[in-house]
Amino acid sequence: MGDAQYAIELKGISKAFGPVQANRDINIAVPKGTIHGIIGENGAGKSTLMSILYGFYKADAGQIFVDGKLTPIPDSQSAIRAGIGMVFQHFKLVQNFTVLENVILGAEDGPMLSTSLTRARKALADLAREYELDVDPDALIEDLSVGHQQRVEILKALYRQADILILDEPTGVLTPDEADHLFRILKGLKDQGKTVILITHKLREIMEATDNVSVMRRGTMVATVKTADSSPESLAELMVGRKVLLEVAKEPANPGAVVLSVKDLRIKDDHGVERLKGVSFDIRAGEILGIAGVAGNGQSELLAALGGMMKASGKITMQGVDLPLSGKGADGQSRRAAGIAHVPEDRHHHGLILDFSAWENVALGYHNDPAYQKNALFMDNDALIADTEKKMARFDVRPPIASLPAKSFSGGNQQKIVVAREMERNPTLLLIGQPTRGVDIGAIEFIHKQIVALRDAGTAVLLVSVELDEIMSLSDRIAVMFDGQIMGLRDPATTNERELGLLMAGMNGEAA
Amino acid sequence: MDYATLLQLLDSTLRLGTPLLLACLAGLYSERAGIFDIGLEGKMLMAAMSAGAVAAMTGSVWLGLLAAIAGSMIFAILHGVASITFRGNQLISGVALNFLASGITVLIAQALFGQGGRTPPLTGDGRFNPIVLPFAEALKDVPVLGPLYFEVISGHSILVYAALAFVPMTWWLLYRTRFGLRLRAVGENPASVDTAGVSVKGLRFAAVMITGVLCGVAGAYMATALQAGFGREMTAGRGYIALAALIFAKWRPWQALGATMLFGFFQALALRPDVVEAVVGRKVPVSMLDALPYVLTVLVLAGFVGKAIPPRAGGDPYVKER
Repeated sequence: MGDAQYAIELKGISKAFGPVQANRDINIAVPKGTIHGIIGENGAGKSTLMSILYGFYKADAGQIFVDGKLTPIPDSQSAIRAGIGMVFQHFKLVQNFTVLENVILGAEDGPMLSTSLTRARKALADLAREYELDVDPDALIEDLSVGHQQRVEILKALYRQADILILDEPTGVLTPDEADHLFRILKGLKDQGKTVILITHKLREIMEATDNVSVMRRGTMVATVKTADSSPESLAELMVGRKVLLEVAKEPANPGAVVLSVKDLRIKDDHGVERLKGVSFDIRAGEILGIAGVAGNGQSELLAALGGMMKASGKITMQGVDLPLSGKGADGQSRRAAGIAHVPEDRHHHGLILDFSAWENVALGYHNDPAYQKNALFMDNDALIADTEKKMARFDVRPPIASLPAKSFSGGNQQKIVVAREMERNPTLLLIGQPTRGVDIGAIEFIHKQIVALRDAGTAVLLVSVELDEIMSLSDRIAVMFDGQIMGLRDPATTNERELGLLMAGMNGEAA
Repeated sequence: MDYATLLQLLDSTLRLGTPLLLACLAGLYSERAGIFDIGLEGKMLMAAMSAGAVAAMTGSVWLGLLAAIAGSMIFAILHGVASITFRGNQLISGVALNFLASGITVLIAQALFGQGGRTPPLTGDGRFNPIVLPFAEALKDVPVLGPLYFEVISGHSILVYAALAFVPMTWWLLYRTRFGLRLRAVGENPASVDTAGVSVKGLRFAAVMITGVLCGVAGAYMATALQAGFGREMTAGRGYIALAALIFAKWRPWQALGATMLFGFFQALALRPDVVEAVVGRKVPVSMLDALPYVLTVLVLAGFVGKAIPPRAGGDPYVKER
């Protein structure tokens, strides 16, 4: 390493994808041996900028200085040579390879594998000791937890002698405990003189882990500040460009009668593996029950079973009437008839048809509504379009054009279309999964308000989210799921992140 | 069935299984790199015609082999350009090339020789002739093993032994070398290779080229060793049978040897209705025996061999995510 002040300096970086200007004249300087945060909303251009730095995309204009020297980075090989390592949000690992094989891939010592494997085995043992990065080198990636897979990605970078490590949204898939471990690793790297760039949209992580933070908004770099001199509120305002309420303002819940009672719900998947192992709970009118948990612990199956999308066994009772869990009547249409609205977790696969226009999407699932029929044969498209425009206005969908295909809207506005369609029916029970995934802060604020308003109007809400902040700020009661079971019910007023994190990792705090 | 008959059957199995083995290994390289290749059939056909034509014109079987590899490579490059460079649909490209091969081979052969789309019969140095392995004559009288060595192992063309040698070579290449590691990685998760700074396109093209070479050898074997010249549609679906064998073998080289020899055995049985009749005890229609390898193919493709998980990125053109 040289003795330059900055590990990385970007000057005037611009990049466009077709008509979309993803990065516009970006300047940033990252001091050596620091953890530098880059924060911004979805689509602000953070990932694009880092992909340019890693040689994954070519910038249209601009210069990159590494360690004070002008360093063109036309491909990932050059980035690796310049000492830059990247941990992508979606891991770039080969699932049926061992840890060792993944680590040496592309960084082999020669045409034969055996020498590389021996050297890598020793190097991994050293790195594990130095940085709390222990992983079984002979384990297959597909058998590792997400947290361990991420360690493999970090090991890959360190094995390639990276001095600058970029992490793109590293905590999205981690439990709070795993995230803490990650931040300890990053601090260790910093203490060894390495530079870390942390890309995230979570303000809390920025405050906790970084020395400096750069804020991006709509493709431009808005500000770079010392973390110690900033606050979550000021950063949020920089990100969005206006004042944002980070806390959801809500009155205490006023729960009524039990709306839905779930008893011993079980689901087996196609491979015969039990994904839900006897889940039971009640939801009352006018309350929000939040389901917390790391993705893949049965929350999706729970929503699918309640929404009539998946066969299950057990018993669910809606206002005293048993709903079928398999066979006739276990489908979305019957559930809607029973007063259940469903905002599915994956809006692209289950919530919208991206090639359909907004008004066609608003009709989905409600196409038999008498208000949308002209006569026995034809639908009343004019009425439907008028209704869609009303919904778009009420939910502030931008642009408010009913004929635009769903794929032309941003993630947040797509989600508003789905939410509008389901909430405007005044359901007795609302199932809502990952309501703000891929949605920008401004829209998050809006959707959260709508959920609370619906609750105050007496709807029972089942909220599933992997964002613990969201669960804690919206829920009136919190259930934590792990491995297909509910580990415990907590009151958000008296619990904390640490307790929930332990439950999410399968450790029951009471028993321990 | 006596021992001599069994040996004859096994001898035919090896003879008939060889083009399947070559094509199956060819497909293995391409599919392990994530490029599905339904066009093995077309490449073999193209190679068979090229081998038959050049061997007939020059009288040299080795020039015929080179021509076969060149002919097959042209189709491999076309498939590569369509499915790697232009990210086209790999199945459609493969099917199109099969149709093209089916027509163009007959057309060229007819234009060159005017013999109804066939190439002239090959003789002498225009063919790969059987090789008697060392000591085959001497060991012939050793009980049991002697005749096995003489009848089954010895007395095939050099291409048969080459095909058998390709099995351990392929295994070694895939699991012991850097190239093999990258090849397997690019078929499972091309992004892992791309982010490691290695060219996805380069690796995939290399794999598709190897497929072309091996299909070329398979086609040359058809026209210059198994038979004496090219005839219309002479591969008779062997490219598809090889694909079924590849699935049966779950994309692994040693298992590919076993799977293709099983198919070869069924083809050998079809040639010996008398043996089948003696074993079964009643007359079996020859057409039914002929159909056996294809029935087995259908069963394999319908998933009766258990779950076969193809390379995860198979069939998907690689596009960098935004």
